[in-house]
Amino acid sequence: MPQTLEPLLRGHAFFAGLDPEYLPLIAGCAKNTVFPAGRFAFREGDPADMFLLIRDGMLALEVAAPGRGPITVQTLTVGDVAGFSWLIERHHRWQFDGRVIERIRAVELDGACLRGKCAADPELGYELMRRFAVLATDRLQATRLQLLDVYGHVG
Amino acid sequence: MWADTEPWRLAAARRESADTVTLGLEPPAPFVFDPGQFNMLYAAGIGEVPISISGDPGQRTRILHTIRDVGAVTHALCATPPGTEIGVRGPYGSHWPLHTAEGGDLIIVAGGIGLPPLRPAIYQALRHRDRYQRLVLLYGARTPRDLLFTGELARWRGRFDLTVEVTVDVGDRDWRGNVGVVPDLIGRVTFEPGTATAFMVGPEIMMRFTVRALLERGVPEDRVFLSMERNMQCAAALCGHCQLGPFLLCRDGPVLSYRQLARWISLREI
Repeated sequence: MPQTLEPLLRGHAFFAGLDPEYLPLIAGCAKNTVFPAGRFAFREGDPADMFLLIRDGMLALEVAAPGRGPITVQTLTVGDVAGFSWLIERHHRWQFDGRVIERIRAVELDGACLRGKCAADPELGYELMRRFAVLATDRLQATRLQLLDVYGHVG
Repeated sequence: MWADTEPWRLAAARRESADTVTLGLEPPAPFVFDPGQFNMLYAAGIGEVPISISGDPGQRTRILHTIRDVGAVTHALCATPPGTEIGVRGPYGSHWPLHTAEGGDLIIVAGGIGLPPLRPAIYQALRHRDRYQRLVLLYGARTPRDLLFTGELARWRGRFDLTVEVTVDVGDRDWRGNVGVVPDLIGRVTFEPGTATAFMVGPEIMMRFTVRALLERGVPEDRVFLSMERNMQCAAALCGHCQLGPFLLCRDGPVLSYRQLARWISLREI
């Protein structure tokens, strides 16, 4: 009997409170995936055709700087989502390297598949866009706070 | 108030990071303080600064103060050799209301040099662990090199009755922990908002964002407590330098509830 990923989607914080009727639709674009520690889940500049609902492990968003090596911008862990470039028109490329710090277990969602379903069902599209808008805003706020360098010396 | 007191003896100094030192001071008589209180430390001929007590309240013969070297007085204190006598008056100020947290979850949030004033509360909560449900410590610093009490953090992480999450704004090649800001940790840990009490010390901007994250999760305003460490100079409610709205922080604080502070904490004019 084929297993469905609906329980994993329902149990992930990103989809908390989602109308259950959408879960089979979304599950149709999902697969279970594992990334071993030390591997890259995605690389900067590559087509961003998917996003990850992290169920376990830790992922570092890194950017390589000449002479400085990789700089970690943020780490993502259980309950987090990696990737929203797939949703943004003319922006479907990864902006950072995604290096696996601790083995990642995740649900991978196919961006093209999901965009097609969003186009066919604007209510689903709105719901997903709304959730990703919150995610993007949270990341923006966190980035602003990092840029403020609040722990630095005054003056 | 001021009183003639015997100087304390610096028994030991321990470097915690490139700019932060913990002084172990021996008082002339056993010294009692509550978690969250501070002392005024005097560097002879240079000046006096308020420094939170960072050690175990159960230890009354060696009192720890953790000091970041940011000015003339703190620089002199950080450079003081063991055996030197130091002027101390205190303890001053309000304390962490640990009794308020009893029966529920206790969330302790520290940023940067904010961990030392919270450490006595952590010791106290661990000493009476059965009085609380979940005990959570969230701690952020600028880089891994700026983290304080790293050995103790590692030991606390190993306890099954204490959740410890540490994050840094900027990682390095060897850092395998969280990179991100302290407010983001609020959404990552499990606690019961309705019964939770939060204690917090850190840069005011960090605290404002963290308070928002706590309130969004449903922690009541009157169960969020902040230590406000603005420009204290006399510690006797006389000079007015530490005034924040209706409060003189050396007397009414440094620990106040967010309900008391909400109107004042974001005002740029004060």
